[in-house]
Amino acid sequence: MTSENISRRGLLHGSAALVAAVPAFGVVQAGVAPGHKASERTSMASVGMTINGQDVHLQLDPRTTLLDALREHLHLTGTKKGCDHGQCGACTVIVEGRRINSCLTLAVMHEGEEVTTIEGLGTPDKLHPMQKAFIVHDGYQCGYCTPGQICSAVAVLDEIEAGIPSHVTDDLDHVAFSDVELRERMSGNICRCAAYPNIIAAIRDASGHGAAEDKA
Amino acid sequence: MKFDSPATTSPIDRGRVIGKPLDRIDGPAKVTGTAPYAFERHDVAPNAAYGWIVGAAIAKGSITSIDSGAAEAAPGVLAVVTHRNAGPLAKGNMNTAHLLGGPGIEHYDQAVALVVADTLEQARDAAKLVQVDYAPVKGRFDLAAERDMAIKAPDGFGGAADTAVGDFAGAFARAAVKIDQSYTTPDHSHAMMEPHATTAAWNNGKLTLWTSNQMVALTLKDVAKTLGMKPEDIRLVSPYVGGGFGAKLWLRADALLAALGARAVGRPVKVAIARPQIPNNTTHRPATIQRIRIGAGKDGVIDAIGHETWSGDLPDGGAEMASQQTRLLYRGDNRMTAHRLATLDLPEGNSMRAPGEAVGLLALEVAMDELAEACNLDPVELRIRNDVQYDPEAGPQRPYSSRKLVECLRHGADRFGWSRRQARPGHMRDGRWLVGMGVASAFRGALTTDSAARVGVDGMGRVIVETDMTDIGTGSYTILGQTAAEMMGVDLAAVTVRLGDSKFPVSAGSGGQWGAASSTAGVYAACLALRRSLAEKAGFPVDQATFEDGLVRFGNQSQPLGKLAGRDGLWAEEKAEFGDLAKRYAQATFGAHFCEVGVDADTAEIRIRRMSGVFSAGRILNPKSARSQVIGAMTMGVGAALMEELTVDTRFGFFVNHDMAEYLVPVHADIPAQDVIFLDELDDKASPLKAKGVGELGICGAGAAVANAIYNATGIRLRDYPLTIDKLLERAKGSALFQG
Amino acid sequence: MRPFTYERATSVDGAAKAAAAVQGARFIAGGTNLLDLMKLQIETPAHLIDVNHLGLDRIEPTPEGGLRIGAHARNTDLATDKAVRRDYAVLSRALLAGASGQLRNKATTAGNLLQRTRCPYFYDTRMPCNKRKPGSGCGAIKGASRSLGIIGVSDACIAHHPSDMAVAMRLLDATVDTVAASGARRSIPIADFHRLPGETPHIETALTPGEIITSVTLPRPLGGRHIYRKVRDRASYAFALVSVAAVFGKDGSARFAFGGVAPKPWRVAEADAAAGAGAGAVAEAVLAGARSTAQNDFKKGLTARTLASVFRQTEGRP
Repeated sequence: MTSENISRRGLLHGSAALVAAVPAFGVVQAGVAPGHKASERTSMASVGMTINGQDVHLQLDPRTTLLDALREHLHLTGTKKGCDHGQCGACTVIVEGRRINSCLTLAVMHEGEEVTTIEGLGTPDKLHPMQKAFIVHDGYQCGYCTPGQICSAVAVLDEIEAGIPSHVTDDLDHVAFSDVELRERMSGNICRCAAYPNIIAAIRDASGHGAAEDKA
Repeated sequence: MKFDSPATTSPIDRGRVIGKPLDRIDGPAKVTGTAPYAFERHDVAPNAAYGWIVGAAIAKGSITSIDSGAAEAAPGVLAVVTHRNAGPLAKGNMNTAHLLGGPGIEHYDQAVALVVADTLEQARDAAKLVQVDYAPVKGRFDLAAERDMAIKAPDGFGGAADTAVGDFAGAFARAAVKIDQSYTTPDHSHAMMEPHATTAAWNNGKLTLWTSNQMVALTLKDVAKTLGMKPEDIRLVSPYVGGGFGAKLWLRADALLAALGARAVGRPVKVAIARPQIPNNTTHRPATIQRIRIGAGKDGVIDAIGHETWSGDLPDGGAEMASQQTRLLYRGDNRMTAHRLATLDLPEGNSMRAPGEAVGLLALEVAMDELAEACNLDPVELRIRNDVQYDPEAGPQRPYSSRKLVECLRHGADRFGWSRRQARPGHMRDGRWLVGMGVASAFRGALTTDSAARVGVDGMGRVIVETDMTDIGTGSYTILGQTAAEMMGVDLAAVTVRLGDSKFPVSAGSGGQWGAASSTAGVYAACLALRRSLAEKAGFPVDQATFEDGLVRFGNQSQPLGKLAGRDGLWAEEKAEFGDLAKRYAQATFGAHFCEVGVDADTAEIRIRRMSGVFSAGRILNPKSARSQVIGAMTMGVGAALMEELTVDTRFGFFVNHDMAEYLVPVHADIPAQDVIFLDELDDKASPLKAKGVGELGICGAGAAVANAIYNATGIRLRDYPLTIDKLLERAKGSALFQG
Repeated sequence: MRPFTYERATSVDGAAKAAAAVQGARFIAGGTNLLDLMKLQIETPAHLIDVNHLGLDRIEPTPEGGLRIGAHARNTDLATDKAVRRDYAVLSRALLAGASGQLRNKATTAGNLLQRTRCPYFYDTRMPCNKRKPGSGCGAIKGASRSLGIIGVSDACIAHHPSDMAVAMRLLDATVDTVAASGARRSIPIADFHRLPGETPHIETALTPGEIITSVTLPRPLGGRHIYRKVRDRASYAFALVSVAAVFGKDGSARFAFGGVAPKPWRVAEADAAAGAGAGAVAEAVLAGARSTAQNDFKKGLTARTLASVFRQTEGRP
């Protein structure tokens, strides 16, 4: 048993947060996983992050992506692995307030950072408004891309609010909310079931922009 | 329960829960990420080791040696499974190629080894250390080149390979207006978002597979056959499937290798097929070459219609039955269809969403557009003139159980504003955009298969549904819950639905758009039986007892369900068996697609501006989830029209663009608002609920509407899918529309 | 992914030194391309030096009136930067046309310049590829080459550079500022930064082992009308078939750079000089000596048409 299991329990049971003594590891922390022969020595690295408001501290193979740290080590399986190569968006999480593909980043690169996953947005008993809107507008089918779509959608609204332009923004200095903007900004989240118009309707709804604008 | 005569009035007709656009009951689990998919079963298979598949580096030949020593010595590695140590393995009934290759190699990326390690990182790395040497042999990879060697295909799931009625050749030769064109469609990848994945665990010789699979019982049977086990020693669990579209109908390498890996290491093992492996390791929709000949009068009325399809597959594989719908869709006394199958050493071809029709209509509905133009007729009107209310091969003695194609076309044309279309191509312009409109009929068979379920009431009056039916995004949880709620007279919130477990009664499973009509029939049958038991227990006459508000009522007496069920609950299990109604009546689902595209006058970029569809598919059990099914399928049709293609390298024999960066599927920005209408319809001969499926109907014809719109915009008729910029530009040379 | 050791660098000089000292070391910043390739063992660094915490993410004016962009400024931040939007709009546009919102939030300026090709034969380690495995041959020239290069390619390699951002950088005459392991600093004009494949397609840039990019410097703003036009097979989240970056000056002059067609962001003086003669002349100039395959020959016509579209845009014509 490595410390990851202990941390996980702390996280999952919502008991007192395990505060990581955030180490400034300028050098690699070498360790040997118990039960391994000397020849199987693997260098482990430690990382502390705040995930959904909980401090966690993991000992990891440095090769572990943030996505696999979440899914396999912390058992936060809401974040999905669709392609593992940044080609689908199913693994989208919010790190330090920004959405990223958690498959294309190493967990150890996120020392001291704040990560929000779908589990941090809401629970079945206490849904985030975006989650609620996805249910009402049927913004999903198989459900596999859904957590990534929702994390992306939440971040997209912040991006528009912050004036971050997109490929379809006419005037780079004036970013306005529209369905066309939403579609472009959500394009990094592929939904093969293609609930696309429903997802856009859900985001509009959650954003307070009301009914769809671009009716066929 | 035997369904062999048309459905009469039933509690379903109350329509208090059924037919309502209710939110999915699995919604909260899906939007919070708490729905467990196959690779995420830490809850039931803790401490699983990780398997990583090594795929063949050649397309055809054999393994001359495997050296797994370096992999076995790598940190954390627990086992390397290959054909040498896997033990005897049979081939599943539904598999064309072996799931574990060696010594023979049947296709590129066929699994040749599974490396099992403590962690995913270790397994993935060690997989690269497995040294496999091959003796390749020459393979056949080019459908066009093999076309002349193709032989008559075996009869398919949908019917005979070859059909002939009347005198096609003579009638075609005599026809006043003739269309004779060839069309090609490329290999397609399902590209569902969740990769094939399985967690496997053994316990005292019994195997449990938590997997992502559309057809629980069918696949379990193939697990048993492949491993030489008794079916009762296997449990297969597939409660959430992250998309399938046909990719997960069968036992695939993830499940077999997870089972072998877990047996080898004595510990649960989980395996996901890595995304870049999926196109070549698993199945795909085969490419087709199609020739369509239509002979008609000047009035557009069809007298002769012929549709031939060539496709390829591995030895002993099957054909893409793309001519199927042409047997049934339009009138004409003289008809023929044929399917020819070439041997190709590409990965295994198999079902993908609406096999047959999805690509058959990409050809047929463009041919119809060409016929409309040749007859100087509006393409909507042409289709209406060729409507037929009976199976045109069998004649009026086999009528359609219901067929509202004409209504779909008329209603759709109205909604869409079809009258604004300019018949002459290239005459609508919006700034830099050449604008065009297209129409196509939608047609997909309404298959049904036997389906069983178990329904119970517990002491609290909650209704519980159990069946091995799967929900692959189709909404099964919700419509089965709605069926039980309606039948038992409770709110949907009072129903618990448990799916995808081989411990439950065998359902139709999810495929061929048969799931909704079949599996609700099974639940309906079980509910009828449960109603009988409850009424009897209450001492009410079975025929006169009514179920509502959680009560069984008779006259002014009533009893709560929970009280009748008692502490132990009351259960009923039944199977819906479909009789010969589908033989006596032609059964299908219908629709009409309308699409407006813009084509950039300089660059030939094609963008969908709007899409509209009207559909007729019996009772729509849940208009909300049904609409989602249809818009999703329409979008997959857009993908097929504009971008989807597995590119074949005919030298090395593999699909080159084997990831999601290179195999393009539509993204949000490709899809504007989609308008979908379902016609009010009850089909009493289709199923006890008078319902048919819609999961595949939406893709059928959608791409052809796009293609026809492109023609209307540009005057360029492309017949080789996907309709990409390069093909349009090749033909645009000299076109006045393209200013260049 | 091969095992590697990991360190978080705390200074630029230290990072460069460490990189030169350890065999097989690589810098990692955004990681969006490097980790993709490491999972496939196309990249197999033995040591990763995390350079995300060197303070190289600032975007600030230079004394010469230009703009110095920190190597690790994220694509999103660069595209959103006020000065970039105002003075180098073509760069904003190019960045926003690339990848997805998620990727742009992570991907860095330097990493984008170092992005490797999307050639499918490069991406499959069982296939021949002179870039990935020198001397193994090119799978693409006689294979699936639709997406690949038509200009500046060689008999050894027809891979294309997939970046959008780099095309704008090339247009703007950016310079790439680096620090070598020795501590030596230099500025490399972007025209010289990427190398043509020739016989050595595996050597892609002018960087020496351990040399780290610290910033990318833009000269004074050009003014004029900035356009980035990207043509691709789907509306978003796809690599360019052809892209054109252009700045049209008020005096009738113009300059052009091209993406999706060459092993590096492509620009030739003759094309700029032909601006006055219109899109056709510019296309002719840029396509001189183009070598296409049957599958990607359309890129020639598409380049001309994309230029026509760009010209039309400047003229305010539909």
